Amino acid sequence: MNSRPVGQLDNMSIESSADGPRDTQRTLVVVPGEDLGSSEGIEAGHGVLVVGDRIISTKQGKMSRKGNTVSVSPLHTRYMPRPGDLVIGHIEGCTNNIWFVDIGAPFNSILPMSLGPAKVEFGGTRKILDIGDSIICRVQEVEETHQSVVTMKGMGLRKIRSGALDELDPHLLGRLIGKGGSFLREMKMQTDCRIVVADNGRLWIDGELENILEVRKRINGISSEAKMIGVDA
Amino acid sequence: MGGYGDVQMIDENGIRADGRKAGDLRPIEIETGVIPVADGSARVIWGNNHAVAAIYGPMEAHPRKIQRQDRAVLDVRYNMAPFSTSDRIRPGFNRRSREISKVTAEALESVVLVEMYPRSKIRVEIEILAAEAGTRCVGITAASVALAHAGIPMTDMVVSVASGKINDVVVCDLNKEEDNYGEADLPMGILPNSGELVFLQMDGDLTQEEFQEAWDYNMEAAHDIHRIMVDALKGGES
Repeated sequence: MNSRPVGQLDNMSIESSADGPRDTQRTLVVVPGEDLGSSEGIEAGHGVLVVGDRIISTKQGKMSRKGNTVSVSPLHTRYMPRPGDLVIGHIEGCTNNIWFVDIGAPFNSILPMSLGPAKVEFGGTRKILDIGDSIICRVQEVEETHQSVVTMKGMGLRKIRSGALDELDPHLLGRLIGKGGSFLREMKMQTDCRIVVADNGRLWIDGELENILEVRKRINGISSEAKMIGVDA
Repeated sequence: MGGYGDVQMIDENGIRADGRKAGDLRPIEIETGVIPVADGSARVIWGNNHAVAAIYGPMEAHPRKIQRQDRAVLDVRYNMAPFSTSDRIRPGFNRRSREISKVTAEALESVVLVEMYPRSKIRVEIEILAAEAGTRCVGITAASVALAHAGIPMTDMVVSVASGKINDVVVCDLNKEEDNYGEADLPMGILPNSGELVFLQMDGDLTQEEFQEAWDYNMEAAHDIHRIMVDALKGGES
């Protein structure tokens, strides 16, 4: 039973770090509805809500305080698209001039003919990308209504024709990539595979079959390890 | 409410047939992350009730006619497994499960920040694997923990608990015999942090005083259950 006031802002301390003294956060796991303290002089970040003069958490996650901003980063969450994100999508449907792309977000994205991988005649969308195809694309814009548009115009954006796809919870991507990309670089070197990590938690792995299996084994290891100890990136 | 008034379910010392006092709850265990493929999941073992809740989404709402332009819809499906009771339950949706799905959706919609996901759907699946009175309360509690585990933004968690009347005594958290042969049952959905009520049903008759007593038992029990829910979300697999 946890009766002490968990996550109270007043309990936080100021510690030093390599960058010099700064407000640091004792990472505290909070749950929805938990009182995080007074809202006086505090700005509400992600995952928190100001109710009256109190701040309450709206998600299960780790509370952090940076300066005056208090936020909660969820332990589990669905991918929410942001402009500029590199994502791997599956074509779910198409009309004469638009493809509908599942990018693992709450809403399907659209890929207009004009942003497609090649010049398409009106009505010829299925000849270029058919339903069930997977693509590497980039989120171009996200509207207020959460509708998003993806593009295939850009470096490395293409239809996936070989290799394997895998998935990892988006909040675990940081663990896969490592500091400054070190872990991922090492894995690429060791397995001689081409690995594209998309922001929506999907991965494209291309290479020899045994190597692909090795990469997938390691990725599953990260996933199950995280589940055992309950970490986030 | 069977109305078998001569069945003795509580003795003169206020001890019930299963050894509990009037205000005692059955033992409760909560575990999260029991369904790896779901976005969030929870298992609640409450006495002999076993319930599993899984959350999928937010996702695009299909068919499109159920979409709401300004908010997400909760697609709640409460189901009792055919083997959950001694009498086999015919599989599939029935009048009772439809009603419980509806009240559960309404209770949960009052805490989920549905405005954040317009035009989408959050699928809430509640499966009762073993039933022993109070399954709707167990289902709502499990769904609430699973929603939190799925990272769905909520202002609070709904705790659901029932009190009732047996042999003219108001008691908390009825078991199967008490539910079948008791005189009244009052399930409530409570927001423990604010004390607000999001769900209330009543079966049988209670006087105003008895209603107040049942209400007080539920409110008190809600805080105990909330602590167990918080422990499950903070302690175990998270």
